[in-house]
Amino acid sequence: MTGAAATLARSAVTEIPAAAAAIRKAGTVRFEGLGKTYRSSAGEVQALSSIDLDIRAGEIFGIIGRSGAGKSSLLRTINRLERPTTGRVLVDGEDIALLDEAGLVALRRRVGMIFQHFNLLSAKTVYENVALPLRVAGVARDEITRRVDQALDLVGLAGKGGTYPSRLSGGQKQRVGIARALVSRPEILLCDEATSALDPETTVSILRLLRDINQRLGLTIVLITHEMSVIREICDRVVVLERGEIAEQGEVWQVFGAPRHPATQALLQPLQHGLPEDLADRLHETRRGPEDQAVVELTFAGSAVPDLAQLTELAGGRGLRLLSSQIDRIQGRAIGKLLLALGPGGDAEFPAHLADRTRIIGYVDDTDG
Amino acid sequence: MLTTQMVDRLQQALWDTVLMVSVSAGIAVLAGIPLAVFLVTSGSDGIFPAPRLNRIIGTVVNGFRAVPFIVLLVALIPFTRLVAGTTIGVWAAIVPLSVSATPFFARIAEVSLREVDPGLVEAAQSIGCRRWDIVRHVLLPEALPGIAGGFTITVVSMIGASAMAGAVGAGGLGDVAIRYGYQRFDTTVMLVVIAILILLVSAVQFSGDHAVRRLKAR
Ligand SMILES: Nc1ncnc2c1ncn2[C@@H]1O[C@H](COP(=O)(O)OP(=O)(O)OP(=O)(O)O)[C@@H](O)[C@H]1O
Ligand SMILES: [Mg+2]
Repeated sequence: MTGAAATLARSAVTEIPAAAAAIRKAGTVRFEGLGKTYRSSAGEVQALSSIDLDIRAGEIFGIIGRSGAGKSSLLRTINRLERPTTGRVLVDGEDIALLDEAGLVALRRRVGMIFQHFNLLSAKTVYENVALPLRVAGVARDEITRRVDQALDLVGLAGKGGTYPSRLSGGQKQRVGIARALVSRPEILLCDEATSALDPETTVSILRLLRDINQRLGLTIVLITHEMSVIREICDRVVVLERGEIAEQGEVWQVFGAPRHPATQALLQPLQHGLPEDLADRLHETRRGPEDQAVVELTFAGSAVPDLAQLTELAGGRGLRLLSSQIDRIQGRAIGKLLLALGPGGDAEFPAHLADRTRIIGYVDDTDG
Repeated sequence: MLTTQMVDRLQQALWDTVLMVSVSAGIAVLAGIPLAVFLVTSGSDGIFPAPRLNRIIGTVVNGFRAVPFIVLLVALIPFTRLVAGTTIGVWAAIVPLSVSATPFFARIAEVSLREVDPGLVEAAQSIGCRRWDIVRHVLLPEALPGIAGGFTITVVSMIGASAMAGAVGAGGLGDVAIRYGYQRFDTTVMLVVIAILILLVSAVQFSGDHAVRRLKAR
């Protein structure tokens, strides 16, 4: 990956700057009252209803939700692989429902897409796969060679052009997919579970590549994932879909720090540690005696910073133990929870600025068990 | 033993069979692949939707597939006369052979084309391929190993059919086998013809399998 990042830096410097400046302004998507109903012999499925949403130029925008919530349907309206039943999709302010075939082809050259299962052509080499968007666009042969080499360089696959996709690893296949999507120099990149078929390490390297591309080329990235860690790692904003509607949306730190909708809470559940089991067993709701220790949960949702010095000071000489902690730094903000046990000696008052929420969840006789 | 005359006759017959089968197979490919592409792409959710025409053509294809070759051979006589100017000989046999092989091959090619992952078509659309680009760069190349296998099956079954055409005066190995082997009880000729047919079919099958293996090795 470091190799890829290095080549990324090199080729971006030599080629993109002028284009990037021009591209920055473009790459917005707006959904207005979007609805999608699938009609089949089995009946009707309302996949999306009244979606109003703005995706800004140059951001990495995440779409999450349970299986069947309508994520793919929403994403696929952006390059009109799916046509909305109601409402409009505007790409850079243009209603894409009105495009004729030539207009649609032009749109799709501005909107790249990568897939969970890569969808590379098995009968073509890596080079031919990446060259195809340019070939069908009638780009001159030496220009194609130049840009394909550059794209393969960008994704860290220089020299692999002559290989057939069946000989590549999953991570390499996805890199080919990314190169193919980027070779037309799109403004927007759509990713439908692009890392779901990859192992954790490869996932990290692909995410890093996506973020580099986003930053260096100013590309807008819209991605669907079931891995909350992916959102946490690279997204700026996120929308949560539930049964075809928007459950909530916002900056990732806001949504992850203080999830309001039950659907979001359910999705984020796997990220939560929860109360350690041994502690839960011994926890009682009310104070039984002066020797009891209060178990305090401090929630950080982005506005407060876990200040250890202040906490210690507050506890005075009573002793303050850290039982469990889970603080993530998301977009520069501390998000998560601390679980503390406050030594014997009555309830202390935790001032409001200490954490976004403070709550005594119960009492234990002795934290060591 | 075989007389030299008979050897010449067999040679001529082999040549006639090869000629009949290769020309008809060529026609079957030229007509069958577009037909298969049409059948696959013109469904209501295809890239060239024309569901009514799709149903009509599908029915016609099935109709031809349902008629036994020997019946088709006879039924097509007026058409054969119109096209080939005669109803006997190699060139006359090519007409019913191609007419029968085309729908057969088209259906086999259709199956291979349908097996192409729809995700690939979608990916092609997403990179700005037009519909013909998809046929050319996705459907045909991706289905090629299957189509090559189907072509092998088609040619083998055409070798069999060409022997039947021989029965109605088309020449070729079937003609020799029936005239000498069956009508004159010349068992040797019969056995030689069978041996040649087996070799011919094996050669076709072998090269077909080889081609498929090479195409799949990518
Ligand atoms: N082509 C289709 N025909 C009929 N119904 C469809 C079609 N595509 C999707 N649906 C239905 O629409 C709903 C939303 O599907 P969609 O694929 O957008 O969900 P998703 O959020 O991407 O799910 P997943 O996480 O499983 O990929 C589902 O109920 C699905 O069954
Ligand atoms: Mg999906």
